[in-house]
Amino acid sequence: MSKPFVFEKPAGMRDTLPAFYQKNEDIKNTIKNEMESWGYQFIQTPTLEYHDTVGEASAILDQQLFKLLDMEGKTLVLRPDMTAPIARVVSSSMKHVAYPLRLAYSSPVFRAQQREGGRPAEFEQVGIELIGEGTASAEAEALALMTEVIKKSGITSYTIAVGHIGFVQELLSDILGNDSRAGELLRYLNEKNYVGYTSHVKQLPLSSIDTQRLLKLLDLRGGVEVLNEALSLKPNVNGQRTLQELKTLYSLLGEYEAAQNIVFDFTLFSHMSYYTGIVFEGYAAGIGAPIASGGRYDDLLNRFDREAPAIGFAIRMDYFIEALGNQGDNKNRQCILYTEKRRKEALQLTKSKRAEGAHVVMQDLAGVKNVDEFSKRFDDVLYLIGSQQGEDFS
Amino acid sequence: MSTVLTMAMPKGRIFEEAVDLLRQAGYPLPPEFDESRKLIIDAPEAGLRFILAKPMDVPTYVEHGVADIGIAGKDVMLEEERDVYEVLDLKISECYLAVAGLPDGNHQRVAPKIASKYPNVASHYFREQGQQVEVIKLNGSIELAPLIGLADRIVDIVSTGRTLKENGLVELEKIADITSRLIVNPASYRLHAARINDLVERMRTLVESKEGLQ
Repeated sequence: MSKPFVFEKPAGMRDTLPAFYQKNEDIKNTIKNEMESWGYQFIQTPTLEYHDTVGEASAILDQQLFKLLDMEGKTLVLRPDMTAPIARVVSSSMKHVAYPLRLAYSSPVFRAQQREGGRPAEFEQVGIELIGEGTASAEAEALALMTEVIKKSGITSYTIAVGHIGFVQELLSDILGNDSRAGELLRYLNEKNYVGYTSHVKQLPLSSIDTQRLLKLLDLRGGVEVLNEALSLKPNVNGQRTLQELKTLYSLLGEYEAAQNIVFDFTLFSHMSYYTGIVFEGYAAGIGAPIASGGRYDDLLNRFDREAPAIGFAIRMDYFIEALGNQGDNKNRQCILYTEKRRKEALQLTKSKRAEGAHVVMQDLAGVKNVDEFSKRFDDVLYLIGSQQGEDFS
Repeated sequence: MSTVLTMAMPKGRIFEEAVDLLRQAGYPLPPEFDESRKLIIDAPEAGLRFILAKPMDVPTYVEHGVADIGIAGKDVMLEEERDVYEVLDLKISECYLAVAGLPDGNHQRVAPKIASKYPNVASHYFREQGQQVEVIKLNGSIELAPLIGLADRIVDIVSTGRTLKENGLVELEKIADITSRLIVNPASYRLHAARINDLVERMRTLVESKEGLQ
C-alpha cells in the first residue's frame, strides 16, 4: 500500500469550505429553531460508543461501522446513527425523567462506504425523537413537524411517503401462515425486488385469492384511498386496526395542514431494521435519495431496559441542501484595507461596523500582495490609505 | 403533469428492443433514432428522455437519481446490487449466467482461478457452493482466459452458446436466468408516481399479452 499524499483524507471524509458551511449553518438554524419552537430540547452524545451497546442496537450493517479498540481492548464504534445513542441516554442519564420525552439532535454520524469512496462516510443529521408516546397524535406530530421543517426551509416541491412495516409483516404472516415463509417475501420487498417477489408468490401453493392479495400489496401506493384498497386485502383484526389508525393519522395531519403532500405507500421499507410501525420518507424534486426519513420504533428502548413506544425522524443535511439548490443568500462581507498611519481610524470604523452586526475584515495593506485579487472576495471594500482623512469606496 | 421522465438505457441491441417495446406500449417514438453517437436522446412527444449508457452503468444512473427509470439486465443487477426498485421483468434479451471451462479442465489447484466480468456474482456463487476460488476481474473476451491459462474457469453470460463452442469451451454449471428488468429510482417512484405507474402498467400489460401468445 502506498502512503497517502499529504493532502489526502480517508475515503468518504469531506472538508466543508466557507460558502457551503455558511449555507449549511443557516438552514440548520432554521430547522433547529422550528424543532425548538415545538418544544424539542437538543442534546449531544459522544462520537464514540461501545460496539456491544449502541453498535449492536443500531440498524446500520456491521460492516458499515467504523470500529476501534479502547485501551482495555473493548470495541468502540463511531456512532452510526443518533437514535440508538438517544435510547441509551433516555435509559440511563435521563432514566428518572418521566415520559413522554421530546429530544432533538444535530450531529454528524459515521457510516463506512466500501463501494464508492465518493460517497460521504460522515454526514450531518438533524432530527427529533418523541419517546414514550404510542398514540396517533405522536405520529401526526412527527410528520407535521417534518413537513413544517421542509416548508420553512424553502423546499416547495416535495412528497412524503408513509408506509407501515407492521401492517405488511402481519398481512404476509396471516396469508402464509407463519413468519418464516413471510420472511422470504419480506426480504424481496426489502431488496426492492418486485420481480423476485412476484415470481416467488406465483410459485407458492396458495389459493388464487391469496395470490392476488399478495400481488396487490405492491400496488398499495397513492393517496388516502390506498387505505381502503388495503382493507380490501382482508387484513386480520390487527391490520384493520392499523388501517383505522392510519386514517386517524391522516385526518390529524389535515388539522395540522400537513396532509397535502402525504402519500401512503405500503411498499416503503426502511433499511433501518428497528422500525416496527409507520415508516416515512421525504423526497424533493431532483434528489435521488430521501432528504428526510423516520418511523416508529417500539422495541428499541427495550434493548436498553426502559421499554417505551417511540417515534422519530432525521433530516439528512447534505441531500436537504442539495434540494434547496442555490437559494439562500450568502452574508455580506466587507473589508477595510488600511495603511499604518490610519490604523486607529480603521479600527474605530471596524468596531462600529461590527457593532452594527456587519462581518468586517480589517486588513493591513502591507500584508496583501495582490490587492485586486484580495478585494474580489468581498462585497464592499473600504480603503483607508494615505494621509488624508475621508473614506474611499471602491 | 407534464414532467419528462429520464430513462437510462443500455446502448446497442437492448436499446432497440426496449424502444420497440415502448412503441408497442403506445409511446409515440420516432420510427428510427439515427443519431447513433448521441448520448442523450429527447423524445418530447412521448414525454421521455433517454440516456444511453454502458449496460453495467444503468443502475448507477438510476440509483443516483439522474435517471428516474432504466432498463438493466438481471446480470448487472446481481453484480451491482444498487438501491433501486426492480419492478418488471421485460422478458427481453434472454440469456443466462453460467460457469464454463475447458472440457478436460484440470481443477486440482488449491484455489481454482475464475475469470469474470461479474466478480461479485462469481465469488457469491462459489461461496454458496462452498468452494474456495480466486476471482479475476476481466472487462471482456472472457473466453480467452482459460485458453491461455489465466484462469481455470469463467463466469459469463451465455445466450446461444456459440462463443463458448467456437473457443472450445463447455458449459459446466448454470447460475441464473437473465432477462432485462425495468428499474426505478426510489425517490422518483414517489415523486412521479402517476407517470411511472402508468408506464409500468402499460409495459406489464404488453409483456403479459406477449407471454400469453407463446
